[in-house]
Amino acid sequence: MLSRTADHLYWMARYSERAENLARLLDVTYQMSLVPHDPETERNSWNAIIALNSLELAYSKRHDEVTASQVLHFMVRDETHPSSIYSCLRAARENAHAVRGTLTAEMWETINETWLQLRDQSFDEIYAGGVAAFFDWVKQRASLLRGAMFGTMLRDEAFQFIRLGALLERADNTARILDVKYHSLAGAQQSQGDDLVDANDFYHWGALLRSVSAFEVYRKVYRDVITPERVAELLILREDLPRALHSCMEGIVRILEKVRNSRSDETVRRAGQLFATLRYGRMDDIFARGLHAWLEDFINSIGDLGARISEDFLVGA
Amino acid sequence: MTTLFFDEMHDADAKTRPHYGPFETWARGLSPDVMVRKRAEADLAFRRLGITFAVYGEEAGTERLIPFDTIPRIIPNAEWKTLRAGLKQRVKALNMFLDDIYNGQDILRAGRIPAEEVLDNAQFRPEMRGFKVPNGIYAHIAGVDVVRAGAGEFYVLEDNLRVPSGVSYMLENRKMMMRLFPELFAHQKIAPVEHYPDLLLETLRAVAPAGVDDPTVVVMTPGAFNSAYFEHSFLAQQMGVELVEGRDLFIDHDAVYMRTTRGPKRVDVIYRRIDDDFLDPQVFRADSMLGVPGLLKAYRAGRVTLCNAIGTGVADDKSIYPYVGEMVRFYLGEEPILNNVPTWRCRDKDDLRYVLDHLPELVVKEVHGAGGYGMLVGPGASKAEIEQFRAVLVAHPDKYIAQPTLALSTCPTYVESGIAPRHIDLRPFVLSGKEVSLVPGGLTRVALREGSLVVNSSQGGGTKDTWVLENGHAEPHR
Repeated sequence: MLSRTADHLYWMARYSERAENLARLLDVTYQMSLVPHDPETERNSWNAIIALNSLELAYSKRHDEVTASQVLHFMVRDETHPSSIYSCLRAARENAHAVRGTLTAEMWETINETWLQLRDQSFDEIYAGGVAAFFDWVKQRASLLRGAMFGTMLRDEAFQFIRLGALLERADNTARILDVKYHSLAGAQQSQGDDLVDANDFYHWGALLRSVSAFEVYRKVYRDVITPERVAELLILREDLPRALHSCMEGIVRILEKVRNSRSDETVRRAGQLFATLRYGRMDDIFARGLHAWLEDFINSIGDLGARISEDFLVGA
Repeated sequence: MTTLFFDEMHDADAKTRPHYGPFETWARGLSPDVMVRKRAEADLAFRRLGITFAVYGEEAGTERLIPFDTIPRIIPNAEWKTLRAGLKQRVKALNMFLDDIYNGQDILRAGRIPAEEVLDNAQFRPEMRGFKVPNGIYAHIAGVDVVRAGAGEFYVLEDNLRVPSGVSYMLENRKMMMRLFPELFAHQKIAPVEHYPDLLLETLRAVAPAGVDDPTVVVMTPGAFNSAYFEHSFLAQQMGVELVEGRDLFIDHDAVYMRTTRGPKRVDVIYRRIDDDFLDPQVFRADSMLGVPGLLKAYRAGRVTLCNAIGTGVADDKSIYPYVGEMVRFYLGEEPILNNVPTWRCRDKDDLRYVLDHLPELVVKEVHGAGGYGMLVGPGASKAEIEQFRAVLVAHPDKYIAQPTLALSTCPTYVESGIAPRHIDLRPFVLSGKEVSLVPGGLTRVALREGSLVVNSSQGGGTKDTWVLENGHAEPHR
């Protein structure tokens, strides 16, 4: 297929996935903030969202202080920077518009209508209606798009590049959420010098799991109390959890095998190598390396894969 | 009902014409609120489908719906047969004219058209001289604008041989009518138009460079911000071919390739929806970012076919228009079936004097204009507007032609105050490949403002579904 078409599809998928993951992350942070705790902790959790997306500078240009409503406005409806949910869904729609003929009518209509509905809502309206309801709406629209895609699209290259974009973005996002939340949560726990998971911590870990729709999954898999190590294991090494890194990488490797061309051998090799660390890796080794350092490496490898995919397939000869 | 205009639905005595009979019976049985609901449903569906067009001169990225009217324009079968024959004849002659002037120039040597009218025309492309295009076809897709005047007779208003648009609306309007009112289609034989994309693909494949058995066809668009982008994308999708932009293509050894995820892929036929000027920055406008450097050379080498060919604008130019009848007689030895509108060329001193004396009755158009921009409709203009235009006309007479104001026929249309007659035209799409073909019907545009004769969507026009009624027995739709 046309490289530019593949490029638009890939970015359409990345932006949709990013918007959804942002909604998940913000939702969790917002819900955590509803549990009574000191202002310092709350500020830290909102700060973490900004740091997670490397938006410190962009945020400080627009806001003097970090409060829930200001961060929410900045991350949800601010159209002046490219990382808000609004900007992501706009970019997803623009990319889809550029190749709408490649999408099925159901997919295009879903993306277009999502955009039309979002465009007509001010932040005040969203805030008044309850941000939780808004985040649910974002997740529902993402599910609808995914459903339309799986249910209607020919399994051709267009499909593969959409999946590739979505999986790459998801792997990146899961790694980032885990990195930021793990350290703020596990760190707080240690500083209390208490190895018991108290009710508050339970709530926080539960929220993190919910942000990747893995709360019930955790229960099912471990049938035990929530510990940070197991949460990390679940989100990194499970091959059957759709938002776990292992599962994402498996999909990426499989797709790269399908779309490979004369230039992509090195990309296929690197993806396979990264996949192997998940397929055959152990949590002990990851913790020995240091979870933060390991996740940082992983995020960089995903970035490298993205650049290589772009070079091999999307820019064109 | 006024008798000044020919109305498609009612005769001079306000009686319903027979071919609208079944429609009227059906419409009378419909409660008004059903119609209101259906019209809202159509609007919503068009918006959700994103069937919009971009408006130039408004905020960037502004997308608007073209208003869709639910009362169809119906053409009786016998009238369509005449129209079809006339359109085929006309487009055949126009293609022969183009082939001639870029090669032997017989018609000029025979003195049937003044040579300077053609050779000095800004739309004449010397780059096209002396090479043969496949099948001798230049205008593969023609969107001929036809109107019906006071006594019910048809006139060709413009030939549109460059990159005519609107066919996607013809198709989507039909789809919408069938979705809103399936019962209408169950009780009458309305000729289908849905096979247009198939015919188009067949036409494009038929004109591939010699020796290419299984040609790769692409649609070339200026990009997502072009006003007709929806149509470009729609046609590519319906034909199952790639929609490319200039930057997706490159030339290697006079062959055209597109950049794909699997490497370069050869392209044989380009249905380009981009003007001549922007096709190749090496030859035409150097600042064009939309084209492909070296495309003309590949084209002249016969390695790729452009549809339409470069340089077709000379045949649909308003200053050449008066000679189309001559072309039919010269090349086909036939009398033209369809009328031309009498035309005064303002570059001619006598013609200009007549035009200046009769401005309030005339329509004055820019020779190279399109889309209803920069024209004067005398009867609808204020004194000040006429005087303003007079000054422009005196200063640049060779830029304008004038025609009598045609009493464009009307068709009942939903407007704010209810149902009222509004002026319409018709754009059938004529395809020339191995043979000349067209689907029955076309795009009917309607001027929604009361009294307005300007049907262009950029000037507040809307569209209607166009029905050609079939006779008792089915016949091939060609």
